[in-house]
Parts: sequence; C-alpha cells; structure tokens
Amino acid sequence: MLKKRIIPCLDIKDGRTVKGINFVDIKDAGDPIELAKRYVEQGADELVFLDITATIENRETLIELVKKIALEINIPFTVGGGINSIDDVSKIIKAGADKVSINSSAVKTPRLITEIASRFGNQCVVVAIDTKFENGEWKVFVHGGRTPTPLKTIDWAKQAETLGAGELLLTSMNNDGTKTGFAIDITNKVSKSVNIPVIASGGAGKMHHFMELFENTEANAALAASIFHYGEIPIPKLKQYLQNEKISIRCK
Amino acid sequence: MIAIIKYNAGNISSVQNALARLGYESVITDNENEILSAEKVIFPGVGEASSAMKYLTERELDKVILSVKKPMLGICLGLQLMCESSEEGNTKCLSIFNASVKKFPATKKVPHMGWNNFSDVKGSLFEGINLNNDVYYIHSYYAEICQQTIAICNYIQPFSAAMQKNNFYATQFHPEKSAEIGAQLLKNFLAL
Repeated sequence: MLKKRIIPCLDIKDGRTVKGINFVDIKDAGDPIELAKRYVEQGADELVFLDITATIENRETLIELVKKIALEINIPFTVGGGINSIDDVSKIIKAGADKVSINSSAVKTPRLITEIASRFGNQCVVVAIDTKFENGEWKVFVHGGRTPTPLKTIDWAKQAETLGAGELLLTSMNNDGTKTGFAIDITNKVSKSVNIPVIASGGAGKMHHFMELFENTEANAALAASIFHYGEIPIPKLKQYLQNEKISIRCK
Repeated sequence: MIAIIKYNAGNISSVQNALARLGYESVITDNENEILSAEKVIFPGVGEASSAMKYLTERELDKVILSVKKPMLGICLGLQLMCESSEEGNTKCLSIFNASVKKFPATKKVPHMGWNNFSDVKGSLFEGINLNNDVYYIHSYYAEICQQTIAICNYIQPFSAAMQKNNFYATQFHPEKSAEIGAQLLKNFLAL
C-alpha cells in the first residue's frame, strides 16, 4: 500500500538552516547537510529545502548546497524559494534536486508550471500554496505570506493541477507556527478537489495532529519544520505512533 | 567501468551519486564504445516517453541499447522504454519486454508518488531484501504484468515493479532514491 509521507522542511538562508516562527522570527537550527542526513537516518520519507533569502548573489550558494545534498542523501528532495524562471529550475534540477517548488512565481506567471512540466515532467513540479482564512474565505497569499491575492484557494489548486503541477504543498498561514494542528478543513477540501498528491503544512505540534490529518483528509504527506529541528517529536517515535494508529506509514 | 546512458531525461546525476556512495565510479555517456565496453550499464530516466524515444532513435542509441550484452538496469522511464509500446505519446518502444505501458486510470491520485512495497519477487536482484521494506515510486504510467515481471506492486491495479529478460533488468521504482533498500538492490545488480 502507498504510504503517507512525513517530510521535514529545512528553511535555508545563506547556506544555513533556519525556521521562521510565524514567518517572522528566525533561529539558527544548524547545518543543512548534517540535519538532512540525520533526518534520512531517522526515516524521513522526503526532504524539502526552502531558500528564504533567494537573493541573486546567494543563488550560487544554494546551487552549491543542492549539489552537496544530492551527493549525500539517498531519498528524494525538493528545492523551493525564489524560483522565477525555467532557467532557475534547470540549474536546480541539474544540481540534483528531484523536484522544485514554486509559489509566488506560479501565481504571477501560471504558464511557468506548464513550462516546467513539459520540460522536466509533471512529477518535478510542486506548486506551493500559502493560504489564509480571512473574511469567511480561504484565499491565496504570496511573497512569504505578505501579499494577498484575489485567488480562492480551491480554484487556484485546481488550476495548478490543470496547468501541469504534479503535487501541491498547502500551507495554512492561520496554523503555521501555532502548533495547534493542521488546517483540516481546507486541506480536506483541496485534497478532494484535485487528483494529484497534496502535502499539508502548518500547525504540527503534537503527534496526534498527524493522525487527525491523515484520518480526516486525503492529504498524502505532512510537512513540518520546528518540531523536528528542535527534537520535540523524533521522526521514529512519530512513525511508530502513526503505525500503531493504523495509518499506512513507512517504518524502517 | 559502469556506463550511465546519457539522453534527454532528467536527473541522471542522481544515479551517478548513488553509485559514488557505494564506492563505484561511473561515466554518463552516449558513446557507443563506452556503453558496449562497460561492465554494467544503467539506463535511468525521468521524463516523457515519446521525446525520449525520439532522442534515442535519432542518435541510434536504441540499437546500442539492444546490443548491450553485459547486465543493464533500466530505471523508471528506462523500464517503460524497454517495453513494447507506451500510451504516453503513443510511442513505439524497444520491445525488450513483452508488455505495454499504460496510463493509470484516475481512480486514485496520479502520479503514483511515494513509498510503496512490492511482492512476488524472482531472481538475484532481490537477494537479501526484506519484502516489508518500501521503495520510492514516482510515475503516471505503468508496465503491465508479463512473463518477464520479477516483482509486482499494487497501486490502483497490479503492475510490474521490476522486470528481467536475460541480461536486461529494470525497476519501476527508483533504487537510487530508496534509502538503504535501494542501495542494496544496486549492490545486487553490480554484483551480477
């Protein structure tokens, strides 16, 4: 049976791992390669690296880091952050990433999704959606959650699928950093509206949050950062717990 | 030397990295002599079937692949291109395996993406591999089960997780991305 995936996310700034608490405060949580290797040993199913600086001068630093990651780890990984063109994608894929994640640039230039899909395959394109519940509606936000858009989350998710996305990474800004659980409502709606895998993100704080997510939505994967970085929930313990709760999970 | 066939498929370097982690040197090449003189050949691939076959035939790499006498391992799209035909772009393929490649019906999420198991294994490729382990799949098309199927996976329906005919081996999953179990499978292939 296909397993639900547990995906640690590593936020990268200038080649180092950080985590934004509610997208604002930033703490240093270590060397990305060491952290990545530790997660692989612990049984992480995939890794996501989000470059949160993504300034032009630091782009080469990221590419060098991607090459090192590709040499060291033996599970799939996704790289996102600041990807604006097919040229950016090409550099990251050539450096050894399995997938790229695009967010603001996909909203600004939706055809980028199609361009990446036709050049590198659908499986390569993860469309990341930052969503916020405001005035009775789930809407799409861009630029790290700072800029609202008129897009409704469900509509954008469906459009991204039609354009060629192979997977969606859905982050609820209302839940992110709160450690009160995933946004079950919108994750359920999005995962049922599309026929591509959905990764849920934002709000993981306790092990039972993951069970609630997998029991109540069709999400295929759960992504989290700080609870893994700071060792609050060790991945082997989480996976054992989910297996005991009859969630289909890969245990080493 | 191990030859990794160079063509217009994505992320070929990940196979080279996996071999390097096992301590093996390899060369990514589309040179006939290099491919045919290699001890082992790997035919990897992530991409689209019709454009990949077009690329291979234009450079006569299809003929080179068919004349490989040493053990060859196709991975993912590599496996699909070793079948008779693919529904992806209505493509005539290399016809090493007597199976056709079809698109998954959309009764569950497609692509079949993530960790899944396999069963009904045959042959030395799977020696020492615990069948409770999962491997990493990422594909929207699947190869039917045929007499050359040496492992079966079930997603939406049973399909070929691995195939073998003589010196030609292939896996639908990605051993280079399947943690320790994938490394073991690559070691088994390299020991053939």
